[in-house]
Amino acid sequence: MASDSPRANLKPLSLYVPEPKFRPGDTVDFTEVTIPAAGSVRRPDIADPADSFIDLAYELVRVLDHESQAVGPWNPRLSPDTLRAMLRSMALVRAFDERMFRAQRQGKTSFYMKCTGEEAVAVSAAFALDYEDMCFPSYRQQGLLIARGWSLVDMMNQIYSNRGDRLQGKQLPIMYSVKEAGFFSISGNLATQYPQAVGWAMASAAKGDTRIAATWCGEGSTAEGDFHSACTFASVYRAPVIFNVVNNQWAISSFSGFAGAESTTFAARAVGYGIAGLRVDGNDALAVYAATAWAAERARTNQGPTLIEHFTYRAEGHSTSDDPGQYRSEGEPTAWPLGDPVKRLKDHLIAIGEWDEERHAAQDKELAEQVKASQKEAEQNGILGHGLHQPLDTLFDGVFEEMPWHLREQQAQMLAEETASGRPWARKK
Amino acid sequence: MNMIQAINSAMEVVMARDPNVIVMGEDVGYFGGVFRATAGLQEKFGKTRVFDTPITECGIIGVAVGMGAYGLRPVPEIQFADYIYPALDQLVSEAARLRYRSAGEFTSPITVRSPFGGGIFGGQTHSQSPEGIFTHVSGIKTVIPSTPYDAKGLLIAAIEDNDPTLFFEPKRIYNGPFDGHWDRPSQNWSKHPAGEVPTGYYKIELGKAKIVRAGDALTILAYGTMVHVCMAVVTESGVDAEIIDLRTLVPLDIETVEASVKKTGRCMIVHEATRTGGFGAELSALVQERCFYHLEAPIERVTGFDTPYPHSLEWAYFPGPVRIGEALKKVMRT
Ligand SMILES: Cc1ncc(C[n+]2csc(CCOP(=O)(O)OP(=O)(O)O)c2C)c(N)n1
Repeated sequence: MASDSPRANLKPLSLYVPEPKFRPGDTVDFTEVTIPAAGSVRRPDIADPADSFIDLAYELVRVLDHESQAVGPWNPRLSPDTLRAMLRSMALVRAFDERMFRAQRQGKTSFYMKCTGEEAVAVSAAFALDYEDMCFPSYRQQGLLIARGWSLVDMMNQIYSNRGDRLQGKQLPIMYSVKEAGFFSISGNLATQYPQAVGWAMASAAKGDTRIAATWCGEGSTAEGDFHSACTFASVYRAPVIFNVVNNQWAISSFSGFAGAESTTFAARAVGYGIAGLRVDGNDALAVYAATAWAAERARTNQGPTLIEHFTYRAEGHSTSDDPGQYRSEGEPTAWPLGDPVKRLKDHLIAIGEWDEERHAAQDKELAEQVKASQKEAEQNGILGHGLHQPLDTLFDGVFEEMPWHLREQQAQMLAEETASGRPWARKK
Repeated sequence: MNMIQAINSAMEVVMARDPNVIVMGEDVGYFGGVFRATAGLQEKFGKTRVFDTPITECGIIGVAVGMGAYGLRPVPEIQFADYIYPALDQLVSEAARLRYRSAGEFTSPITVRSPFGGGIFGGQTHSQSPEGIFTHVSGIKTVIPSTPYDAKGLLIAAIEDNDPTLFFEPKRIYNGPFDGHWDRPSQNWSKHPAGEVPTGYYKIELGKAKIVRAGDALTILAYGTMVHVCMAVVTESGVDAEIIDLRTLVPLDIETVEASVKKTGRCMIVHEATRTGGFGAELSALVQERCFYHLEAPIERVTGFDTPYPHSLEWAYFPGPVRIGEALKKVMRT
C-alpha cells in the first residue's frame, strides 16, 4: 500500500509486536526481574498526597526477607495467631482448588479455575479489610470467601449447579455471589466489576457510611475500557475504593506485555489519574496485608482511592480449558523468583518459632479431609455431570422481579413441550 | 476438514493472496486462538500480520477501523461473541457508518470473526447469539455458516468484501453437525459431504441462501447450528419441509425465501437467539409483507427464550428437537 513516497530516503517504519522471553522448550532465566530487598521501600503516611510517593508505583513493597523474617516499614507486625490463621486460609484455598480441579476432570462439573500461586492476594486482603467492606472480585479470588469463613459446601454447590446452589444453576461454576459475605456477583465479562466497585464506594461516601469497596482484576484486564472509566470516576470523586491489579504475568496465552508491561508497571496506571499507586510482592502475604491495610485506611479517612499491583505468577493453567504447555516454558512456575506464597508464610512462622513442619503437614492433611468431607456433603445435592437439578420452571425466575406476559407465555410453552416430550425433569410447582 | 480447520484455511488462503489481510485478537498469535482457528498463521505470515492484542474489544475494533482506513483488511477475532458488547460503539457508530458519513472517502473493510451460540455448557457469558443486535444496524453485514465448506467460502468472500462484516461461527458445530439432542455428541465432519473442503481458493457469494432440503409442505428458515437440528427433526417427522440455510442475514436472500414460501404456503423460523426483537421477527415481518396471500398458516417462530443463558438448564433453553418438532406439528395442523 505504500505510495511511491517523496520521503523515500527515510527508513521504512516497522511495527513492534511484543514477545515473551520464554516459550515452550526454552530454559527460563528470571534474573532480569528486578526485585528490591525486603524492607527497602518507604512507607508514606496515609495522609500524604498521592503525588508525593509516585516512586512507589515503580518499586516493589516486600516484607519477608531471605531469612523469612519480616522487616522494614511495611511490616504489619501481625500476631502469630493471625499469621497462623492466614496460613491456614491460604492452604485451604489450595486444597479446595486441588479437589475442585479434579472434580472437573472427573466430569462432575463443566469448568474450574485455580488461583495456585496467588493465594496471598485474596487471603491477605480479606484479613486486612473489614468483613463489612464490599469486595468486587474477578474469578480468581475464591480466597476472599474462604478467608471470610464462608461455607465450602455452599461454594461447591455452586460449582456443581446442584439443588443446593444459591444461584439456581444460573451461573458458570466459580462465578459465586455471596452478598452476606460482602462478595459481589462475579461476571464473566472482564473488568466490568471495576466501575461497579467505584459506584458502590461513591454511594457509601454519599450516604456517610464507613464501609469501603475493593475490586480485583488481572493485568490483562487493565486494557479494558471499564478499567479506565473506573479510574477516572474514582479519581474525580475520591471514591473510597481499592483497585487491585493481579499481575500474574499471563492472560490466557498472552503475556503481560500485551497489556503494556514492557513500558511501565501496572501500579503506574494510577499516576496519570492522580490516584495513589503501590506495587507489592504478591507472593508475600505480609506485604499484601500491609498494602491493603494502608489503602483501606486511606479510603476510610477520605484520602481516596489506591491502586495496588500485586506482582505474582499464575502457576497453573488459566482454567480447566487451558493447556499452558502450549505457550509458555514448563520451567516458569518453578523458576518464578518470588517463590510460593504458602511456603513463604509457612517459613516465616517457622523462622519466628511459631510453627513447624509437623504441624504444617498435619494441617494439610486435616484441610484435605475437610475439603473432602465438604465435597461429599455437596455431592449429596447432586453434581452437574448427572444432569438437571434445578426445577425446570426456575429457568424463567429472576429475569425481572415480576414475570411479564411474554415470559409467562414462553414458560408455559416450555412446560407443555416437556410434558409432550416425556422427559422427567423436575418442576418447582 | 472440520469447521475450525476450514476457517483457518480461509484465512491462510486469503493472506497468501493479499498482503493487506491481517489477523488480530486476544490469544490469536503464537497460541493460535482458544479454539485454534488461527493456529499456524503467525508462523506462516509473521508477527506483523498475525498478532495478539490487549484485552480491549473496543480497542480491537477501533484499531481495525483505523487499519481499514489505511487500506489494510483486518480480520479481528472477538474471543466469544458475548464479549463483543464493549466494541459495540466502534462497530455501530464507526465501522458501520464510515462509508456513509465520508461519502465513500473512507471504508471499513473489516471482518470480525467470533464464535457464538450455546450447547457447550458455557454459561451466560460463553453462549449468547447476539446477531440480532447487529442486523438491526445499517451498514454491517452478518454472515453465519453452517458447514465447513460454507465457512471457508463465505469467510473468504467476507474478507474480500469492502464492507464491515460480522462472521459468527456456531461453536457447537465446529467439530461436526449436531442433531440437537442434548445427550448426543456431534457427528464428525469427516463423514459429511460439507466436510470436504478444497485446500485452495474459492468463494461463496454473500447474500445467497442455500436450500439444504427441497420440499413442498412448508419452508423452514434457519442458520448455523439450527440448520442441522431442523434437518434432523424434519427427517424424523417425515414432513416434506423445505429447509433454507440463510447463510447471510444481511444482505438477506429474500428471493429464495419468498419463492419458497410462495411455493409451500407455510413458514417456520428457527434461531437460538432470544425471541423478542430477534432476527426471526424481521424474517416473519418480511414473509408476512411479501407472501401474505400465499400463507395457509400463521408463521411460527422457534427461538431461545427471553432469558439469559442458564448454565445448568442450558438444554431446556436450547431450541432442540422437541421444541422444533412441536412447532412443526402446529404449523402443519392449520
Ligand atoms: C470482555 C471479555 N473479553 C474476553 C474475555 C475472555 N477471557 C477470559 S479470561 C481472559 C484473560 C484474562 O487475563 P487477566 O486479566 O490477566 O486475568 P488472569 O486470568 O490472568 O487472572 C480472557 C481474554 C472475557 N472473559 N471478557
